[in-house]
Amino acid sequence: MPMVNKVMIILATLLFTGLANATVVDDLLKEYQSAGAAEFDAERGDKLWHKEYPDPDAAGKTRGCTLCHTTDLRASGKHVRTGKVIEPMAPSVNKERLTDPKFIEKWFTRNCKWVIGRECTPQEKGDVLKFLMTQ
Amino acid sequence: MFNSKGSILILTSLLVISLQAMGDDDEHEGKRNRADVAPVNNAAYAEECGACHFAYPPGLLPTRSWEKLMSRLDDHFGENAELSADIVKTLTVYMITNSADHSTFRRSKQIADSVKKGSTPLRITETPFVKREHRELSERLVQDNPQVKSLSRCDACHTNAAKGSFDEDEINIPGHGRIED
Repeated sequence: MPMVNKVMIILATLLFTGLANATVVDDLLKEYQSAGAAEFDAERGDKLWHKEYPDPDAAGKTRGCTLCHTTDLRASGKHVRTGKVIEPMAPSVNKERLTDPKFIEKWFTRNCKWVIGRECTPQEKGDVLKFLMTQ
Repeated sequence: MFNSKGSILILTSLLVISLQAMGDDDEHEGKRNRADVAPVNNAAYAEECGACHFAYPPGLLPTRSWEKLMSRLDDHFGENAELSADIVKTLTVYMITNSADHSTFRRSKQIADSVKKGSTPLRITETPFVKREHRELSERLVQDNPQVKSLSRCDACHTNAAKGSFDEDEINIPGHGRIED
């Protein structure tokens, strides 16, 4: 394959991955709305992101998004138990964030259940996505 | 008869072979040319399991352990690691096919043989073989070592763990270094 073609393909891929970000989130937001959610609000998402919930396994301790993701969304986080590095949540510094709807839903399910003790509502998920998109 | 060059060659070869045999670890096997356990060679497994922790090669636990573990992903050592049913199935098939009791790799066989019938350990570090291999390690080197913290972090010290190699010569305990015999 000529070099020029290769470069074109790489450029096109980069362009589309950048775009996919917004499209993926928009599609999810539409889905949440058809499941009953109202308008989404980044500020409400921000509050939810920083909220702390009591840890059912350790009296006096709390769980929340920031426990692993830290309060700086542009920095790497760390799994609280295993120490494994978690890539930054902010799409502005991590182009792979919010590009895969299945991945997003998988982690919403796991993390909402672990942190809050139940699944997040479509409203909560939409608010958080709105908030993350501002980062 | 051999000429003198031929004799030297044979003698040297014998010397090399015996040195290798002597230098090998406690198993007294010849120099190994393959890993201790089969390295992970499944992209879905590496991605899903490796997202949160070292992707443990399935040859580190017997079949029944993996089956039990995969049936309770919503309570995965206190964490929620839920996956869709189809992915759970795909991963479980891979894990079982390559589990310790289905493997021909020597460390896998040792692990499988060490687990008592009727016992289903969920942690690799609870299998008698792995326990025995790590019994001399002090808390200072593992639990109290901020760069290790737990035996569950294989790759913190076993530098070639991802390749399925747990050779003693390849151990490097962070902040401490190599293990002396």
